[in-house]
Amino acid sequence: MSERQSYFRAALGTPGGRAGMLAVGAIVLFGIAAPLFLPDPAAQPDIVGGALQPPSALAPFGTDDLSRDVLARVAAGARVSIAVAAIAVALSATLGTLIGIVAGYAGGAVDALLMRVVDGALAVPRLFILLLLLAAWERMPLAALILIIGITGWFGTSRLVRAEVLRLREADFVRAAEALGARPGRVMFRHLLPNTFGPLLVAATLAVGDVILLEAGLSFLGLGVRPPTPSWGGMIYDGRAVLTTAPWVSIFPGLAIIATVLSVNLLAGGLRAALNPREA
Amino acid sequence: MSGPLLVVRDLVKHYTSEGLFAARTAPVRAVDGVSFEVGRGETLALVGESGCGKSSVGRTIIRLQEPTSGEALFEGQAIFRLEREPLRALRRRMQIIFQDPYSSLNPRMTVGDAVAEGIEIHRLARTKAERKERVAALLEEVGLDPSYASRYPHEFSGGQRQRIGIARALAVEPAFIVCDEPVSALDVSVQAQVINLLRDLQERRGLSYLFIAHDLAVVRQIAHRIAVMYLGHIIETAPTETLLSDPRHPYTQALLSAVPEPDPTAQRARIVLSGDLPSPSSPPPGCRFHTRCFHPLRSERCRSEVPLLRPVHGSLAACHYAETPASPLAH
Amino acid sequence: MTALLEVQNLRVSFPEPGGGRIVPVDGVTFTLERGRTLALVGESGCGKSLTSLAILRLVPPPGRIDDGSTVRFGETDLLALQGEALRRVRGRRIAMIFQDPMTSLNPVFTVESQITEVVHAHFEVPKREARDRAAALLQEVGIPDPLARLKSYPHQLSGGMRQRVMIAIALAGQPEILIADEPTTALDVTVQAQILEVLDGLRESHGMAVLLITHDLGIVAGRADRVAVMYAGQIVESAPTGALFANPSHPYTQGLFGSIPRLTGATGRLSPIPGNVPPPSAWPSGCRFRTRCPIVHPRSAEAPPLLPVGPDHLIRCWLAEDGAR
Repeated sequence: MSERQSYFRAALGTPGGRAGMLAVGAIVLFGIAAPLFLPDPAAQPDIVGGALQPPSALAPFGTDDLSRDVLARVAAGARVSIAVAAIAVALSATLGTLIGIVAGYAGGAVDALLMRVVDGALAVPRLFILLLLLAAWERMPLAALILIIGITGWFGTSRLVRAEVLRLREADFVRAAEALGARPGRVMFRHLLPNTFGPLLVAATLAVGDVILLEAGLSFLGLGVRPPTPSWGGMIYDGRAVLTTAPWVSIFPGLAIIATVLSVNLLAGGLRAALNPREA
Repeated sequence: MSGPLLVVRDLVKHYTSEGLFAARTAPVRAVDGVSFEVGRGETLALVGESGCGKSSVGRTIIRLQEPTSGEALFEGQAIFRLEREPLRALRRRMQIIFQDPYSSLNPRMTVGDAVAEGIEIHRLARTKAERKERVAALLEEVGLDPSYASRYPHEFSGGQRQRIGIARALAVEPAFIVCDEPVSALDVSVQAQVINLLRDLQERRGLSYLFIAHDLAVVRQIAHRIAVMYLGHIIETAPTETLLSDPRHPYTQALLSAVPEPDPTAQRARIVLSGDLPSPSSPPPGCRFHTRCFHPLRSERCRSEVPLLRPVHGSLAACHYAETPASPLAH
Repeated sequence: MTALLEVQNLRVSFPEPGGGRIVPVDGVTFTLERGRTLALVGESGCGKSLTSLAILRLVPPPGRIDDGSTVRFGETDLLALQGEALRRVRGRRIAMIFQDPMTSLNPVFTVESQITEVVHAHFEVPKREARDRAAALLQEVGIPDPLARLKSYPHQLSGGMRQRVMIAIALAGQPEILIADEPTTALDVTVQAQILEVLDGLRESHGMAVLLITHDLGIVAGRADRVAVMYAGQIVESAPTGALFANPSHPYTQGLFGSIPRLTGATGRLSPIPGNVPPPSAWPSGCRFRTRCPIVHPRSAEAPPLLPVGPDHLIRCWLAEDGAR
């Protein structure tokens, strides 16, 4: 039985966690399966007569100014937004965990140095760094965007993991491993790492919601995911000119953001609730 | 090779508050000049109440903590001067088992992996099958079913977990084990099982134990000699029966009289000490016990002159007046 | 003599995750008389602490006291009390002290405010007098310089001092019954001796009845009038203290005595009870001790009732019927 599986199974035990997990699953599945039953999100079937059509049986979310199917674009946006968030968070969680474990276990000067770096980094608004970089690098590829979101997101995680390691470090099983002659690497990765997994998972899940919002915000400003790649933030941006006449162009991607972030946060809450009894 | 397995000379362990902005407070003098020896196949019990420094002694001599000063020789090797790699090699010879059966096992590691850890670290098995075999044999030796290897610690009771901890320590075939209050957290019926197990293992493997405990009745079942600690000092040491039947230091007498005996017909008169334990960061001058002493001869000398361990009636006692019984109630 | 506290057929149950209920306290019956001490003895998980909590209706949720249980305090049915009436009994007429003196005091209030809070809760007295009472109580539990100590916060006190403060708080309502749940387990032996001396003195001077919950037969000897030994949610042996120590009759009690390391006598191998205490979900049917019992009895698959083996001496074991021990 893998630990990851068991955490998610435990989260299913709470009503919020259950709802969150089902909703996240449904959104991801919808994003992945959409190409099977929805039109090509890039297709512009009838740019003259088919643009800005209100929701109908044919196009349940209506069409945009280029006659593209909004539902298909929301689905494609789900793929992009969730993938960007998941990869960026995986990257920042990995970095944060590594740095947090090293700082917490090594202690002393190494810890002091790493934590001052984190203090400094946390004092600079993340959005500010991102805007600066994006302004300097006009046609930033998606991979670079993910990378940048990832490496600007580990500071909080490293603190969380470090705090957890400081607590665990005092446990007798760590003493026992040291007494057996375990090298630091072994203590950190066989003993400390698996025990930080629970809180880490909660934090990472919450971070996915944050990154979805961040990416949407950047894309809305025209700085994140660039057209023609569909993204929820970009779609809201595209729809702002016709907000009064064709609100569906912006409203549905907006609702998609809210629904996704809400269900991710519900899932995080469920994970947290499932983890806490273990701590007691 | 004859002679003691472990010789500890003048061990000192002080704790200072760390950090840049920590207030400069007096260090906690947890261990303040402790000397003792442990022979091959012998159990020395280190007895005292919380804050006396007994656990710090145990952790320092196996280098889980660095000593402030002092010397320790294990099989002739100066432990405190060992560099990283020779120290790792020494871990095979010296092991520790802990008090808390809950915090001493990694909740995310199977019993088999926990027991196999030492085997892995010191490459004591050539193949996976051989490792598995050794884990099974170790579990059996401590009275557990070998099939438990694939389970996680939370499935076991306190007593069973303590056996797992013992198997983990035995895996590297040590000659010496620090037993840090190994039965204090267990129920009486289970406590007796673990004491018997430790005795059997000692007999079978010729182990030496430093048995750290607070309960003299438990210690009596396993120790050959007892050293009593108070505020960082050993204040009396003697062979077990000598110390229990003829305690020379007033503190030993008080400790002994406080042990509740489950026998209403043999209720001894109790010596109830007055006052609290002084703080180990500012121990009283002279004899550290003088603030609570009830010895009829206690004097100015006790407040100024530190009594040294000296032979009295077959014991070594650190009391200026150890020849005179402190209390007619004592025995 | 009429009983001050009468517990009859007390059952406490908890829902299980998979449905169904476990019953960690299953049919406990005892009485406590004025000025007497009853010791409830057993190992962890036997239900002794839960029994004491149930008396004050402090069973943690989702646990509940099952129908058919009776807890009578004099003429009062404690299980029928609600709200204010229940609060008037708690702390005022029945007080409780717990094992851990580190967590049972509130760290952000002074000793004075924690004692006077109880005084004010139960008596209409001016502030000044409440403080005098608090100081007198500290004096009574053997705390030197009580007026200075009233200003202390819990973290400034040693474990023994905190437990003395806990006792002072318990005494503040002038209770008729003191429930002491492992009052000295977390303390060093010499401190334990101090606290037990204080408790003994108070029982005599106040004429309180004491329900002493403990795992340590050593502190029961020479202190309790009567002992009830619990195993797996039931009382398995109940006798006057002298009779129990002279003649432990239930195989479990005998096993406990065999397990206790002693300062006198032979130092051969201890004879522990084999196996582990099973969790409530795994209690065997019939005699609950039969899986660990050295004696195989033909009727062990049937649950034995409490049967007499001597005057006022009962065991939950079929051996009593055989007249054997």
